[in-house]
Amino acid sequence: MWKAYAFLSALARALGHAGPALLSVVTLIVGWEAYVHFSGISPTVLPAPSRVLAQAYEHRQTLAGHGVATLQATAFGFASSLLAAFLFSLLVDFFPQLRRALFPVFIITQTLPLIAIAPLIVLWFGFGLMPKIVLVALITFFPMLVALVQGYAATDRDIEALLASMGASRWRIFVTARLPSSLPYFFAGLRISITYAVVGAIFSEYAGAARGLGIYILNAKNNFRPDLVLAAVLVSSTLTLALFGATVLIQRAAMPWTRLSEESR
Amino acid sequence: MTGAGLELRRVRKSFDDRPVLDDISLVVRPGEFVSIVGPSGAGKSTILNLLTGRLTPDGGEMLHDGVPLASGSYRFAFMPQRDALLPWLRIIDNTTLGLEVAGMKRKAARARVAPLFAEFGLDGFERHFPAQLSGGMRQRAALLRTVVQGKAVLLVDEPFGALDALTRTQMQQWLAAMWMRHRWTVLLITHDVREAALLSDRVYVLSARPARIARTIPVWLPHPRPAAGSPEVATVEAEILNTLFNPEF
Ligand SMILES: Nc1ncnc2c1ncn2[C@@H]1O[C@H](COP(=O)(O)OP(=O)(O)OP(=O)(O)O)[C@@H](O)[C@H]1O
Ligand SMILES: [Mg+2]
Repeated sequence: MWKAYAFLSALARALGHAGPALLSVVTLIVGWEAYVHFSGISPTVLPAPSRVLAQAYEHRQTLAGHGVATLQATAFGFASSLLAAFLFSLLVDFFPQLRRALFPVFIITQTLPLIAIAPLIVLWFGFGLMPKIVLVALITFFPMLVALVQGYAATDRDIEALLASMGASRWRIFVTARLPSSLPYFFAGLRISITYAVVGAIFSEYAGAARGLGIYILNAKNNFRPDLVLAAVLVSSTLTLALFGATVLIQRAAMPWTRLSEESR
Repeated sequence: MTGAGLELRRVRKSFDDRPVLDDISLVVRPGEFVSIVGPSGAGKSTILNLLTGRLTPDGGEMLHDGVPLASGSYRFAFMPQRDALLPWLRIIDNTTLGLEVAGMKRKAARARVAPLFAEFGLDGFERHFPAQLSGGMRQRAALLRTVVQGKAVLLVDEPFGALDALTRTQMQQWLAAMWMRHRWTVLLITHDVREAALLSDRVYVLSARPARIARTIPVWLPHPRPAAGSPEVATVEAEILNTLFNPEF
């Protein structure tokens, strides 16, 4: 009973927060629909939202197939990126000298223009999953590494002094204090990177792929079907939002202490 | 002449040519409650960092039971300024931290700590996170974590500095009662002159940085001392304050 009430009030609060955003999105869509309807503009230039939705529904199986391919590329690419970022964050934390050797190289990778680098990566790694993984990792690796390293550095000095006074090893201090301290930074980085990851996957598909939303968008554009382009965009946005929501849920599960302290305030 | 307990002799410490501790000599005998009072930034926390092994002195001797302190011996239990509870650990896991770091199995560590929760006024809060506790309870949890390690000396850095005046007085009374029961050997750092006068067997007053012992004030009054103070306690307080304001006097 109390649970149900808490759930409802949380829902009401969420709607209250989302209300203004919802209103502007609805206004935009209605205005767009009305404009297309009354101006008589050709659907091959600007399709109405209703047409986009109808086409998305009609091509749902194809879209789902390509969506799954993109999701797969995102997931594998992002997972490799996270793993690499964590391993390098460990290295940098335990051997701070490495930081000055490695970070300039990583920063340079962040300056590469995607539009030039994506076709090259496809050229080197073929049309399979590999180039997507590489591109997604290239985009998300450094932000995640920086988030982790900053998080470790944010550890309370008193807590480290306390653990040291108990005779804790460097590794023990890392696991008990530095790693948990980095979680808020890690999740902040995760929320931003996950959206980049989807964009990166689509971009690499655009540069050349057998399957995926990127290649679907390219084909639809070449066939003068902006409605299908937008239908694919709808799928990718939904995907991104879902992944974003997942990171929020994971954070809540992984950091119960922050949730509780919010409630008791 | 060496004796049981903790002893510092002519300890010096500088940071990058900036002397912080000039000449510190003090003793803490087993079962004694000793306080260090000093101006902010005098180097009080630095003394404790030397004793925990986090820093090494530039000169002088640090002895425990007559034996020089070796690095990596971890003989003392340390309670840092502010409570330094780990926000992501439940209170039970925070209090067993020292035992677990020392290699005790979690189950055994919990069995050791559990009976003390009532005495520390934390009954029923084992599964709570630190953020759910009041300031006073957090300090008691931090103290429980410190004493349960079973170390020879408790090094306590300004435990009640962040509390409101009423809670601080209550905590001082509570600590006095707990100390009477357990007779821990305590080296307490404090800003609070009243706190030092109420709790200590002996008070070392530091000069401003670079710190020397400006004065050693023995307090012969019996424990426990009244929270509201008494003329005798007031005399001790005045003596500490006089030394703080006129260190040459
Ligand atoms: N690790 C360190 N490296 C450089 N300087 C330090 C270090 N630790 C302390 N100091 C300096 O030494 C001086 C004394 O610091 P300490 O923390 O011991 O003072 P304190 O008496 O505990 O002050 P407070 O009452 O404010 O806690 C300060 O000027 C501080 O900046
Ligand atoms: Mg201090």
